[in-house]
Amino acid sequence: MKKKLLGTLATSLLLACSLPGLAAAEPKEGGRANVVVQPEPPGLMLGILQNAPTQMVAGNIYEGLLRYDEKLNPKPQLATSWTISDDGKTYTFKLQKGVKWHDGKPFTAADVVFTADVFLRKTNPRTRASLAYVDTITAPDDETVVFQLKQPFGPFIRMFEVGTMPIVPKHIYEGTDFQANPANNTPIGTGPFKFAEWVKGSYIKLVKNPDYYEKGKPHLDEIYWHVIPDAAARAVAFETGKVDILPGGSVENFDVPRLAKTKNACITDKGWEFLAPQSWLWFNHRGGLTADVRFRKAVSYAIDRDFAREALWNGMGKVSTGPFADSTAFRDEKVLVNYSYDPAKAKALLKEMGYKGEPVRFTPMPYGETWMRWAEAIKQNLEDVGIKVDMITTDVAGWNKKLGDWDFDLSTTFLYQYGDPALGVSRAYVSSNIAKGSPFNNVGGYSNPEVDKLFADGAVAFPDSARQTIYSAVQKKLSDDAVYAWLIDLKFPTLTHCNVKNLITTGIGVNDGFKDAWIE
Amino acid sequence: MKAFWSRFRRHKAAVAGLVVVLLVVAIAIAAPYFYPVSPWKMVQRPFLPPFANPAVPLGTDTLGRNVASGLAYGARVSLLIGTVSTLVALAVGVPIGALAGYFGGVVDDVLMRFTEFFQTVPSFALAIVLVAIFQPSLFSIIIAIAIVGWPPVARLVRGEVMAQRQREYVEAAILAGQSHLTIITRQILPNVVSPIVVLASLMVASAILLESSLSFLGLGDPSIMSWGYMIGAARTVVRQAWWLSVFPGVAILISVLALNLVGEGLAEALDPRSSRDQA
Repeated sequence: MKKKLLGTLATSLLLACSLPGLAAAEPKEGGRANVVVQPEPPGLMLGILQNAPTQMVAGNIYEGLLRYDEKLNPKPQLATSWTISDDGKTYTFKLQKGVKWHDGKPFTAADVVFTADVFLRKTNPRTRASLAYVDTITAPDDETVVFQLKQPFGPFIRMFEVGTMPIVPKHIYEGTDFQANPANNTPIGTGPFKFAEWVKGSYIKLVKNPDYYEKGKPHLDEIYWHVIPDAAARAVAFETGKVDILPGGSVENFDVPRLAKTKNACITDKGWEFLAPQSWLWFNHRGGLTADVRFRKAVSYAIDRDFAREALWNGMGKVSTGPFADSTAFRDEKVLVNYSYDPAKAKALLKEMGYKGEPVRFTPMPYGETWMRWAEAIKQNLEDVGIKVDMITTDVAGWNKKLGDWDFDLSTTFLYQYGDPALGVSRAYVSSNIAKGSPFNNVGGYSNPEVDKLFADGAVAFPDSARQTIYSAVQKKLSDDAVYAWLIDLKFPTLTHCNVKNLITTGIGVNDGFKDAWIE
Repeated sequence: MKAFWSRFRRHKAAVAGLVVVLLVVAIAIAAPYFYPVSPWKMVQRPFLPPFANPAVPLGTDTLGRNVASGLAYGARVSLLIGTVSTLVALAVGVPIGALAGYFGGVVDDVLMRFTEFFQTVPSFALAIVLVAIFQPSLFSIIIAIAIVGWPPVARLVRGEVMAQRQREYVEAAILAGQSHLTIITRQILPNVVSPIVVLASLMVASAILLESSLSFLGLGDPSIMSWGYMIGAARTVVRQAWWLSVFPGVAILISVLALNLVGEGLAEALDPRSSRDQA
């Protein structure tokens, strides 16, 4: 099994190496990409809808000012260049020349100002929260946009990705009711592909934008996004060649190695660096065993993460070593306690605290077979070191409620980190984010004024070296406290037929569009 | 007793069924001796096919757990849930049926309307709802199966008691001044025990099936290894690892079939008419 996985990983490396410039073969023009989209998106207006399938399809129609590579470095998209002032408060973007909307109207700086200052402030809560740091957004001329911040906000440069800030056409939306605009059904963007047809329950068709401003792109003529509701049927569609691309999460994890071994199948775990989903075990800090740091450490040592990664996640992703996922900015491995699998240490800690076999309630996240098997493995790991675990199973609604009501001792979960600790990490640790009713805030109830202050300072510190100092300190504190048992920095592998080239070229993966993709 | 056994023994299929049931009971009792470690323990690499390693003769599952050990411990769970839930259903159904059949009239009407209320709800749907409400656990599953299982018992007992109620020996007992309770428990129930025993053996079989179905849907007790859970967990990997669903499936099939055969054998052996025919 291990050998085969190495094989598939080698293939994925090969696939990843076919980046522009490095690719040996010349891109072939034309052809059609058949992709699975799961579930069917509720709509394609990316400025209004944020669902994962919407982001996946609409990333071809709309564009952001920037893209981000695997290291999350900004790359040009609608903006060709950008500067950040020395005080960290003024961001100036120079825009692409000669860009046209899909309806032929010219794209200008006024569209960007409208999008950020008017449209997204109204429609996108996540973007709105970050735009609170922005004082003014202006367009000194048609090709320049200036964001003036009230105070430095380090994560700001990571906000211009297409899912977070898709640029929408001012001439269509200005002065209308955004949610009810009929144009939402026929989305108009600047992207490499245009919306053509949507047969509900069957497929969404996009066609090449012949006037795309990057010469020679895109290479494909059309993209069909197929709606196939059953996981087994999606796997069969890939095997029979009806679809060429299975984005992450569209088939059961256990089916991935089998499909990866089929003829002409390539697999890659790239393209999740920006979202950086990290899984961990919540501890309820409000009382009981899990309020005792020795118990939390014992649990952290007792879990065999490498086994779960091999057996349940097909050897993909990375074992988490701390609260910042592997690809999240400002991660600092040096300050972290090494909680790798060590049952003897776990037993010693339990003995030290005088643990006498009191049961803990484990309410695992019921997100399908992989997560349930994982919960069983964790329970067994804990029982192997002598911890008595009462597993409480429920459906998704029941799990949301139990976690939202803080009625648990242990629970599995995963959250996106969005590249920056201020955007995706702090929310699970700061005391201001403790509130009943949601399973995705600081559910564990960890409350530490020192950590609160560090996270607050980190968000607005400038420059990055100052942020690094603060975030290193916070990681050390969280790791020393074993706040949660961090499990795996997840990757959801993308399966393709090997003749699909250059599909994943950024840290956002398939969501960043098929601009560079081609089919041999 | 001897006569009963000789009648039962004539029924070859029933004897075979009994042998299988006793075998399952033996496996259930011996499980901890063969497999001292928990069936949840990850003992080998995942997806080891059967017959490849003598330590895990039936292979390993998605997490490297021993399938053979799971089957042995699953037998305990199936038998435990089957018998206990049947006993609970009998404890509820027999008194209600006996009272309704003995007293008749208003008592009968009230008790039977109450019974019908349970019978009109599809039993599997009711069991799912009950387990979901009370949190899946061994206790809630047994209770749920008993709740959907007792109405047929009550109806059967009512009919039998009603027939006995007209007999002379009951009239004689009443004239002798025996209390209603004594008449029901001492006089009538011993005479209707045969159909109850037959029904009970079939109920054990259906309880095993019901528990398997609940576990298959993920509504089993998360800390006990049962056959239904094993099949449910194997569903997504059925194309990679056939043995994960086939072995527990066969175990359920054989056990339920055996219990049904025993039930049929009992029905014939306990039926006074069949004994008269043979005499």
